[in-house]
Amino acid sequence: MTGERRPGWTDKRVEQVVGNLLRAGVGLAATVVLIGGLLYLVRHGASSPHYGVFEGEPASLQSLDGIARAALRGQSRGVIQLGLVLLILTPIARVAFSLFAFARASDWVFASVTAIVLALLVYSLLL
Amino acid sequence: MTVLEFSLLVWLGAFAAGFLGALTGLGGGVVITPLLTLGFGVDIRYAIGASLVSVIATSSGAAAAYVKEGYSNIRIGMFLEVATTVGALVGAFLAGIASPGAIAVVFGLVLLYSAYLAEQPRPEPSAAEPPDRLANFLRLNGSYPTPDGPRAYHVRHVPAGFSLMFVAGVLSGLLGIGSGAVKVLAMDQVMRIPFKVSTTTSNFMIGVTAAAGAGVYLRRGYIDPGLAMPIVLGVLPGALAGSRVLVGAKIRRLRLVFSIVVAVLGLEMLYKGLTGRL
Repeated sequence: MTGERRPGWTDKRVEQVVGNLLRAGVGLAATVVLIGGLLYLVRHGASSPHYGVFEGEPASLQSLDGIARAALRGQSRGVIQLGLVLLILTPIARVAFSLFAFARASDWVFASVTAIVLALLVYSLLL
Repeated sequence: MTVLEFSLLVWLGAFAAGFLGALTGLGGGVVITPLLTLGFGVDIRYAIGASLVSVIATSSGAAAAYVKEGYSNIRIGMFLEVATTVGALVGAFLAGIASPGAIAVVFGLVLLYSAYLAEQPRPEPSAAEPPDRLANFLRLNGSYPTPDGPRAYHVRHVPAGFSLMFVAGVLSGLLGIGSGAVKVLAMDQVMRIPFKVSTTTSNFMIGVTAAAGAGVYLRRGYIDPGLAMPIVLGVLPGALAGSRVLVGAKIRRLRLVFSIVVAVLGLEMLYKGLTGRL
């Protein structure tokens, strides 16, 4: 079923790399959210929140390129949103790495399973 | 209340939610949405958006630790994620057409049902059961560390577990939760995977399921940065603290905490949803 498994990419090692990947992704995302959050509180901390009525976010905070532009302009809400996008990308990066690892190990059954999951995730984000 | 005060209070609540979420394997989202809607009067669509993002943080943060300890089974997780991601896309689509009251009612029912199931006695895994052929083919069987050395386990009823995972995905996308309860149920009670392996693998899968739903939420404007910021930054350290407790905690105590929290929140969501107060 799986053919020869190359040494160096054992399940154990994959698990460790996955662990590091998740930690790095979450750490980076949280740092960006924190920076944006501090900016947001300094600039808008005295205004009042209004989450009781649903209006939806402006288009600039919905699409990936809109969020990137808002963040580059230094808009605090755009910076936070960029951090949140990094957070959403973290598990997706994990799945992409798993695909690589299963393919390296010539585990084609699981490489296919992982490719399906990755395709679904990319679809959900770019829809 | 100013944005600053609101953010600080929400941050405190999120810390507690992250702690409970990691402790019980539920993910923080199941506590976040009731907290925001019932406690702060936030519209349920903003609440499930912030909640689902925080679920990714909780799951990924805690999973990083579990993976290294050798409890999680990545193969089981990846295989079942096919079902949960398809389900999450379906659920996120449904969230766009359901009324807030209907979402709250489903939320309440799911919480109550989870609490009920968690307190049911589980049959002990018995070696007499025939091994599942699909589990053998996919090499899902594994082992986990115990004080007496690694203990092997066999995975049963793969098709039934897979189907239940689809349901878990739908609920995740619809309610902005990780569906940890249903995931643990599918693995622990249906597939007969040891409890600690179930909870940690569930935690690991939650991030991927939630990412699928969050992509849809983002493009629909459910994810507000001002609201998600204190949630994410509170849930993360909370989850880190909670995941440290899990490894040493007694399983029965874990289940009891899990059930009580879930049942109380379920009743309140159900009541508010039915009386149209959300």
